[in-house]
Amino acid sequence: MTAIPPVSDSSRPEPRPRQLVINEDQEALRTAVRDLLSDHASWASVLARAETDAPYDISLWERLSHDLGVTGLLIPEEFGGAGGNARDLAVISEQLGAFVAPVPFLGSAVLATAALVAVRSEPVASELLRRLAGGETTATLGISATTVPGGVLSTTVQSVGGLLTGTVTPVVDLAAAEHIIVLTWDEGEPALYAIAPDAATAVVSAITPLDLTRPIGGLELAAAPGRLIVRGDPALAAVATALVTGAAMLAAEQVGVAQWALDTTVAYLKDRHQFGRPIGSFQALKHRMAQVWRRVGLARAAALAAADALAGESDPDEIARVVAVAASYCSETSVFATEEMIQLHGGIGMTWEHPAHLYLGRAKADELILGAPDQHRTRLADLVGLPGS
Amino acid sequence: MVDADVRGRIARLVDEYAAGDPSRPPVDRGAFLGSRFDAGLAWVHFPRGLGGLGLPRTAQIAVEGEFARLGAPATAQADNVIGYGMAAPTILEFGTAEQRDTLLRPIFTGEDIWCQLFSEPGAGSDLAAVATRAVRDGDDWVVTGQKVWTSFAHTAKWAILLARTNADVPKHRGLTYFIADMTAPGVEVRPLRQLTGEAEFNEVFFTDVRVPDSARLGDEGNGWAVAQGTLMNERMAIGGGATRESGMLGKLAGLWRDRPELRRPALHDRLMQLWVEAEAYRFSSERQRQQLLAGRPGPDGSGSKVTYAQLNQGSTALELEVLAAEGLHHEDWSLRRPTESNWLAGGATHRYLRTKGNSIEGGTSEILLNVIAERVLGLPREPRTDGSPTGKDVPR
Ligand SMILES: Cc1cc2nc3c(=O)[nH]c(=O)nc-3n(C[C@H](O)[C@H](O)[C@H](O)COP(=O)(O)OP(=O)(O)OC[C@H]3O[C@@H](n4cnc5c(N)ncnc54)[C@H](O)[C@@H]3O)c2cc1C
Repeated sequence: MTAIPPVSDSSRPEPRPRQLVINEDQEALRTAVRDLLSDHASWASVLARAETDAPYDISLWERLSHDLGVTGLLIPEEFGGAGGNARDLAVISEQLGAFVAPVPFLGSAVLATAALVAVRSEPVASELLRRLAGGETTATLGISATTVPGGVLSTTVQSVGGLLTGTVTPVVDLAAAEHIIVLTWDEGEPALYAIAPDAATAVVSAITPLDLTRPIGGLELAAAPGRLIVRGDPALAAVATALVTGAAMLAAEQVGVAQWALDTTVAYLKDRHQFGRPIGSFQALKHRMAQVWRRVGLARAAALAAADALAGESDPDEIARVVAVAASYCSETSVFATEEMIQLHGGIGMTWEHPAHLYLGRAKADELILGAPDQHRTRLADLVGLPGS
Repeated sequence: MVDADVRGRIARLVDEYAAGDPSRPPVDRGAFLGSRFDAGLAWVHFPRGLGGLGLPRTAQIAVEGEFARLGAPATAQADNVIGYGMAAPTILEFGTAEQRDTLLRPIFTGEDIWCQLFSEPGAGSDLAAVATRAVRDGDDWVVTGQKVWTSFAHTAKWAILLARTNADVPKHRGLTYFIADMTAPGVEVRPLRQLTGEAEFNEVFFTDVRVPDSARLGDEGNGWAVAQGTLMNERMAIGGGATRESGMLGKLAGLWRDRPELRRPALHDRLMQLWVEAEAYRFSSERQRQQLLAGRPGPDGSGSKVTYAQLNQGSTALELEVLAAEGLHHEDWSLRRPTESNWLAGGATHRYLRTKGNSIEGGTSEILLNVIAERVLGLPREPRTDGSPTGKDVPR
């Protein structure tokens, strides 16, 4: 447990300057992603795809990778990536949230990539990173989606002589992954393996998801042949880094979701008339929207702080604190904003043909994955010396 | 955030007074603050010669941090909140050269305490409805009326005053902004007791008070615009704590940390929710300062005061629940007349009661939500039932 320094200590050195406003390059990246998504990820197309057996928009994923280098953003230049940082990645994550884009970004470009970058000098990791950077392949982290960053990591997967057996579920973006990075127990030691799904020994089954725009699946391993990436503490550390990175990117995504809900609802309130006036002129509704706006502003600042901490902070406990703040606050704000959206749209908000439910499902599922808000706060309490009892 | 030149100036000033040396007698605060003003280190974003160095507004926090680090006396902010937060920026923006030259320095030193004569019994949220009349008489204005909820009127030498100078034009256009001398004949200040027991605010009666025309701030009839400037500054002055666990939340967290025997499981997550929100608020304030610095001010400021009030009220309410039996005891109900606003110094029940005012003073939270909805989100106004009345037709 680490207590934070007392605030009255004015001799403390000035804190590390944070970057909480996106810079010009990030602004340009934001515009580019937005433009691409506007052209190729209309909500109507996202909704149409949701019920098919091709839940991912692979051509969109390829464009994001080839045109904008999204898949290689976090990957160092020596492996053919862009050597970008979490601040850049957060810009993309937010926009993908705003469009509920059905691409395996979280599983591949965030979770698997961050884990592999953490152990990049290992041969299997560097080989995979090279291929991920160019968008030649897609991966995911084979860990239960509800794993809480900073918690004790556990796995039921055992590896014996390079053959993996066990179950991992639910896993995000499993169906799109050609490579699954699995945490195993390997003769009493943790180890990370890369496996490829196959019909006999590494069976992927789809789970019907609450969030229609982010598929999840279950992985059943029966003596599946794996390639060892790394064993011992570095394996655990790599997964821990991936989880904290994932939680921060999810926070940015939630800001995108919440902002979309806010903008869409405000537009609807100006347009829809009842009682001879726009419903947005009723103060009861104005105040609700003002509260959503206020909270989205706080959430945005928290998500920027989390990405900034990952990119620039050296103390892992401090990174964990700021990410926990963002994860807790952004989760709840995104759910709040989308629930307000449904209510203030009336009947139309309840229909399948309106996109609101895609965002509600995304917001609620995002709240549950990589730690629910209360779990982030429990972890935070430990990190700031405010134990529950 | 501040460069070596500014740091050097600060260090020289502190040295000159040996202000950081605990073995010396305490430095005279007024004299020290006067020198700070003369050195351009009062409000560093003000122009040179008027207490500043023309730096960005955001540099102020670093400057205060540096003075504090070197052990210099605190500013007079706590006993002159209205002077610092409202009068000074309004005088800078709308004042004449003479008003700026004579009034700003004693605000900073705390020699002149200021109060704000805006609200009236019939004009609260609807501030443009003020009925206090100012009638021109030669070089003077003669002011008659009643103001209410006037914080620190009992310590103030000067007031910023909003009065009606023309009752025949629509209500927003008939107002003029004045600087009033609280010691002038015809000014009467009566304490108004608050729910804390003390009387921080007052009723102020003006009976034929003569205010010279040279004490007008801005043009005749332009009082509404000047008042908007004041309120804008007021909101900007609040801003989030620069450090983690500052303010009310800091008191609550400190209590939880220091008194394990008071912890109850069901209160823990509420504590952490407040902790999280306070931190988000701190990041958002920092972000607003950065946007201002980058010349891209965002609209987030309008929400800050709502968040601030909510956090203060949530933290102080929980503090009492944690204290349990100890929370039943109030330190002092006697009618005291506070001279400074330092809510952290009092007891927990005082904090709980006083922060109830945070969502009322300086514009209620409801009014701020209206502002956000209409000016930021562009939602349509509520249809009005008062038309566009002239000053004398305002229903009261
Ligand atoms: C501790 C404290 C210190 C103060 N200090 C000063 C001071 O120094 N100088 C000064 O001039 N004033 C001061 N005030 C006064 C303060 O600015 C007013 O109280 C405030 O503007 C509200 O006005 P009111 O009290 O008349 O309430 P009202 O305006 O009557 O409001 C009553 C309730 O109705 C709500 N309401 C009103 N209009 C609307 C609307 N259009 N939409 C939705 N809700 C609405 C309000 O939010 C509030 O909840 C102080 C107040 C307090 C509590």
